[in-house]
Amino acid sequence: MNLTLTNGKGSTSTVTSAAVMKSSDAVSDQFPAGLRVLVVDDDPTCLMILEKMLRTCLYEVTKCNRAETALSLLRESKNGFDIVISDVHMPDMDGFKLLELIGLEMDLPVIMMSADDGKSVVMKGVTHGACDYLIKPVRIEALKNIWQHVVRKRKNEWKDTEQSGSAEEGDRQPKASDEADYSSSANEGSWRNSKKRRDEEDEAEERDDTSTLKKPRVVWSVELHQQFVAAVDQLGIDKAVPKKILELMNVPGLTRENVASHLQKYRLYLRRLNGVSQHQNNMNNSFLGPQEGTFGTISSINGIDLQTLAVAGQLPAQSLATLQAAGLGRSTAKAGVPMPIMDQRNLFSFENPRLRFGEGQQQHLSSSKPVNLLHGIPTNMEPKQLANLHQSSQSLGGLNMRVNASATQGNHLLMQMAQSQPRGQMLSENTGPRVPRLPSSLGQPTVSNGISNGLLGRNGIAGNNRGPAYNPVLPSTSLLNFPMNQASEMSVNNSFPLGSTPGISSITTKGSFQDEVTSGIKGSGGFPSYDIFNELHHHKSHHDWDITNPGLTYNASQHANPLQGNIDVSPSVLVHQGFSSTQQTGQSRDSALIGKAMFSMGEGLQQDNLQNAGQHLNPLLVDNSIRVKAERIPDASSQTNLFPEHYGQEDLMSALLKQQEGMGPAENEFEFDGYSLDNIPV
Amino acid sequence: MDTNHSRRQLAAMKQSLFDQGLLDEQFIQLEELQDDANPNFVEEIVTLHYRDSSRLISSIEQALKERNLDFNKLDTLMHQFKGSSSSIGAKKVKAECNLFREYCRAGNAEGCMRSFQQLKKEHAALRKKLEAYFQVSRV
Repeated sequence: MNLTLTNGKGSTSTVTSAAVMKSSDAVSDQFPAGLRVLVVDDDPTCLMILEKMLRTCLYEVTKCNRAETALSLLRESKNGFDIVISDVHMPDMDGFKLLELIGLEMDLPVIMMSADDGKSVVMKGVTHGACDYLIKPVRIEALKNIWQHVVRKRKNEWKDTEQSGSAEEGDRQPKASDEADYSSSANEGSWRNSKKRRDEEDEAEERDDTSTLKKPRVVWSVELHQQFVAAVDQLGIDKAVPKKILELMNVPGLTRENVASHLQKYRLYLRRLNGVSQHQNNMNNSFLGPQEGTFGTISSINGIDLQTLAVAGQLPAQSLATLQAAGLGRSTAKAGVPMPIMDQRNLFSFENPRLRFGEGQQQHLSSSKPVNLLHGIPTNMEPKQLANLHQSSQSLGGLNMRVNASATQGNHLLMQMAQSQPRGQMLSENTGPRVPRLPSSLGQPTVSNGISNGLLGRNGIAGNNRGPAYNPVLPSTSLLNFPMNQASEMSVNNSFPLGSTPGISSITTKGSFQDEVTSGIKGSGGFPSYDIFNELHHHKSHHDWDITNPGLTYNASQHANPLQGNIDVSPSVLVHQGFSSTQQTGQSRDSALIGKAMFSMGEGLQQDNLQNAGQHLNPLLVDNSIRVKAERIPDASSQTNLFPEHYGQEDLMSALLKQQEGMGPAENEFEFDGYSLDNIPV
Repeated sequence: MDTNHSRRQLAAMKQSLFDQGLLDEQFIQLEELQDDANPNFVEEIVTLHYRDSSRLISSIEQALKERNLDFNKLDTLMHQFKGSSSSIGAKKVKAECNLFREYCRAGNAEGCMRSFQQLKKEHAALRKKLEAYFQVSRV
């Protein structure tokens, strides 16, 4: 892009910076010029001013005055934008909700703006994952450096996914962040600093292309997570420090940072499980704590969570993220207290790994409670059942659902949903009755496949020991609902609102608490999906879930025929997830189911539910043997949950749908190595 | 020369607006954005602002007519108004917005009404002055 400045005003400075930036930075020669910015503000005056300012900074600007418009723009063209700037107060949607959604679905850096400079609002921005907060009226100087957020995010993603012990990187990242992350009114000096820092880091990291986001990520497989949990248990949750855990685990290639971030999530997960009964408020507070740590690593969270979910590499990262977020949100905020996005993510991710681990063994969580959410939803399924489920889940196809039969509570059902597999319909099919119960917001029983898939995958629905078929009666239904609500448009099958995913995930983690789960999910920052969850919770009585879950699980398994990889389906989750594919169950709640499953799993599926679920599952599943062990379905590509950076629900859904249809090489598609999500044929 | 004269006049007007505390730094920012591609940028923005803000003012007026004042709604409306006003650098108007919001938070209906009247006055006064200013700038 040529730097010819048409306007003379301030051109000198602009040129200089641009030129300097150009030479320094990674993405392209002209970077940050050409940065694609989406600005959202309902005030036309501000919008016009911002557009002009951004143009002056040589960015490519798209403006819109409604959040919904922004979302559809973002969804339509994935990777069409580099960064989003949004106002906090908007008529059609709360800015923070938009922020969360974007973070979950597209994982783009989002800058919040407001005339409000009160501490609480700014804090809200932080907790919801905004990468910066600008006070209006915004000055052009503040906009000149927004590119740093794009670069930083990419860097962080690398870092998170790095497997080799690169302590320096870790150190560097925070350093870079600190230095570069000054207030929005950063002056030009700052970008130089950050640039310099980045240069150093780049050299050290030997990463040429900061813009490439495809990097290997640590996949917290079931085995790995089990090792982790074992180590933590051995040390005692209070004394478990990353360094010691790392030593105990003795896994080559695993870094302290990997363990640290995983531990953080795990802690949140535990806390959530324990605090399920408590008020969401409390949880929120507690979350804030750990959140901070994790804050800023949204990408990592997503990555990790997704990983778990994407065992088969099927789950679109976003769905996972959403699930997680949803799950997290829900669990904490029954009252609708928004769970900081971070929490959600953490929880979610936390859960996922857990889920994965449910390999048919009792997961021994330090917290004996249904912490298993991750470990799956505390499922009371017997390992055997899990195993059965597991096997049947194979039929689910893409879903990597691993029935996690372990867990003190029961079995963890790791549902690794193969993305392609769960067909949204499945969900709907499974839990007939349940679906209706789903929060009204859901409206449709069929949860979008994406969601369900996400749910399944993510939720490490603890395998409840229920009969043969896991029936993870998860309050997760709420999760499902979550997505559903979320997207009002989300057809159960397809609308897998990312936002909701988080909810879902959280639900699953919750495992033991059904109620909590719902509430937790609700918490998420205003995600519509959260509402769904809440509703789910409200509606849900376990019984509801029973109905639904059983169905869900079945479907999940059914659909998951091509289940690839492990089907660690938390009883409820699996059901759901698989459901989408199994139309036979006639449960329409595909996504809902899945969500539900997930949730229920997390929410402490009731035994009955599980039973039901299990039963349902059995018939559905080709072979009722549910193997607890999460075996990856061979096809399901590795468990690496490499989620492509941005892939939208549509991708996920399609992937899932594809799987369900029994795409042959579906598994292959889900190979995570290449962040298959992107490759998943839609 | 006429151009010089009007330029000087313009500068004087602007200075006066600043001296009276009616405009702040943000106005300068807007002027700096003006360029050959957008030679009337500032005027366009100001026009846009007044069009939009009159809508907000009506809404606030309506809300103030209610028997039981909904302070939350008033606060939200005023927040929007404040954001818009501050983006053109309307200093006094912005200050009045803050005052209004304080009254809202205190639940002081009387204070809100008074403050709003004052706000409207400031808003209108600035509008006139800016119109005159732009008129001169076009000369």
